[in-house]
Amino acid sequence: MGKRTIIPFGPQHPVLPEPIHLDLVIEDETVVEAIPSIGFIHRGLEKLVEKKEYTEMVYVIERICGICSFGHGWGYCAAVEGLMNVEVPERAEYLRTIWHELSRIHSHLLWLGLMADAFGFESLFMHCWRLRETVLDIFEKTTGGRVIFSVCKLGGVRKDVDNETLAGIVSDLNKMKAGLKEVTDVFISDQSVKNRTLGVGVLTKEKAMEFGAVGPVARASGVLQDIRLTGKGVYEELGFEPVMDTRGDCYARTSVRIREVFQSIDLIAAAAEKIPDGDIAVAVKGNPDGEFILRMEQPRGEAFYYAKGSGSKFLDRMRVRTPTNQNIPALVQMLQGADLADVPVLVLTIDPCISCTER
Amino acid sequence: MGTFKIGGVVLKSLFNKPATLMYPVVPRTWQERTRGSIGIEEADCILCGICSKKCPTHAITVVRDQRTWAVERMQCIQCGSCVESCPKKCLCMHPEYTAPGTEKITDVVHVPEQPKQPKPEAAAAAE
Amino acid sequence: MSDKKYLIQNFVPVTASELLGKVQDLKADGYRLGQACCTKLGDGFEIMYSFDKDHELLNLKMAVGEGQEVESISNIIWHAFIYENEMHDLFGISFGNSALDYGGHFFKVAEPTPWNPKNEERKAEQNG
Repeated sequence: MGKRTIIPFGPQHPVLPEPIHLDLVIEDETVVEAIPSIGFIHRGLEKLVEKKEYTEMVYVIERICGICSFGHGWGYCAAVEGLMNVEVPERAEYLRTIWHELSRIHSHLLWLGLMADAFGFESLFMHCWRLRETVLDIFEKTTGGRVIFSVCKLGGVRKDVDNETLAGIVSDLNKMKAGLKEVTDVFISDQSVKNRTLGVGVLTKEKAMEFGAVGPVARASGVLQDIRLTGKGVYEELGFEPVMDTRGDCYARTSVRIREVFQSIDLIAAAAEKIPDGDIAVAVKGNPDGEFILRMEQPRGEAFYYAKGSGSKFLDRMRVRTPTNQNIPALVQMLQGADLADVPVLVLTIDPCISCTER
Repeated sequence: MGTFKIGGVVLKSLFNKPATLMYPVVPRTWQERTRGSIGIEEADCILCGICSKKCPTHAITVVRDQRTWAVERMQCIQCGSCVESCPKKCLCMHPEYTAPGTEKITDVVHVPEQPKQPKPEAAAAAE
Repeated sequence: MSDKKYLIQNFVPVTASELLGKVQDLKADGYRLGQACCTKLGDGFEIMYSFDKDHELLNLKMAVGEGQEVESISNIIWHAFIYENEMHDLFGISFGNSALDYGGHFFKVAEPTPWNPKNEERKAEQNG
């Protein structure tokens, strides 16, 4: 038995875009134990709900995260709509699904880039982000923003996208597919990349269930869990099937996300074909009273939205539980027994979004 | 299985033109919907103050006595709720961002007096 | 529309003494802890544990008085430590027998228990 050393990892580390701290207990070169600590950027956005009217809170919730901002906005709106029994027009629901899937493409491409950066493949990182630019341009064209869209509102969406533009988006995305295939092939079949991901940080199905992993991390371990199956959005109409893998290592998590990018493009194409004409919003009247809990499948996994109101224009409580929050215990589990040199790659495979986690 | 799988992509980008824009030499093209900055058509403004009430960040200040409409540019989050709520539709969203700066700037717009138009009901009552 | 799973709102009240047994049963049934959160409720608090099985939610709600110690469920479901430490640091709820207790150092907050109403009263006293 070697000597035990504790190595602090983070909150500032080249691989981390955001601050998380891990105390790594190392024996020789192997991690024996990892203790996470967060809270460096806690903003208390949940508390703001007591000072912002429930209609204005959308803008705050959207700013929880810069990557899944649309998903958070939708989750909040859906929770309050559920609370107030608002029936959202079908066209709005389709548009929301399209924007949400676009967010997923952009989030996964961003993550693929960061992943490449984590194992030191800089040019791959840049090519992933080059592809992501197409999606950001689509966002700017349809919503007016590249990161924060301000397009989801209570009762529907604020901007309509005509069917011609939608067809243009689909053809843009289909054109992107060839480039996407080229770049993602590097992750799938390049030997030097596989050396860093294949068999690294295995999370078995049992462990994934026990430690409550969510999103692509759970699906890569063979746990059938995708909140898009619960009926929110129009995924049922689009014939959605979750992407699964069984290996549970970094390679599986990468490949699940890559396949989800292609799946999202197909979902958008199907939605653009089926989208009905009609209104894009209904008026929301009155004040929220009661409670409602709802989940959404964000690019990173399952997110909770719990809204509680008592008849005033301010909600009593708004709880957002983000996917990274739930994946940190799974990460701690993966780290045990891992090589010190693999820690950056492992931390990234859960797609950590610390700003989300601390809200 | 393979090595140097990125070779094809690298070769392509060697011979293609750059994916990036030579900004600011080549200016950016803005989309029609880009939420850049808030503008006001001051002649139409009636100083009702709804925009300042609807602003989630309290970036807009309307002072009736001095007939001014002011927006704190760095405070504004370009959500567009003022544009939507303006009863006179005198606010608009310009697709260009404001220039970056080292100081927080406030743009004050003086709203000119509007020529008084006799209200139709009042005119009818006078007759 | 009504058959959609996300519309099912299943809130089950539990008492502090039943909690551990109930959580143990749910774990044996294959439920997964999705989240736990705390809400201000009158003088005290309400802790909600959300469990998921086959994409259906079951929420256990437990009323907690001010200053009352709650038995930690992190010995049964380890990853509950994240939520328990969060509630401890933000609301000031103390948990007994925690598997991983950060002792108030999980979140780095400027003042202790910022979301506890007592904190606001204390601040008002200091200012007034």
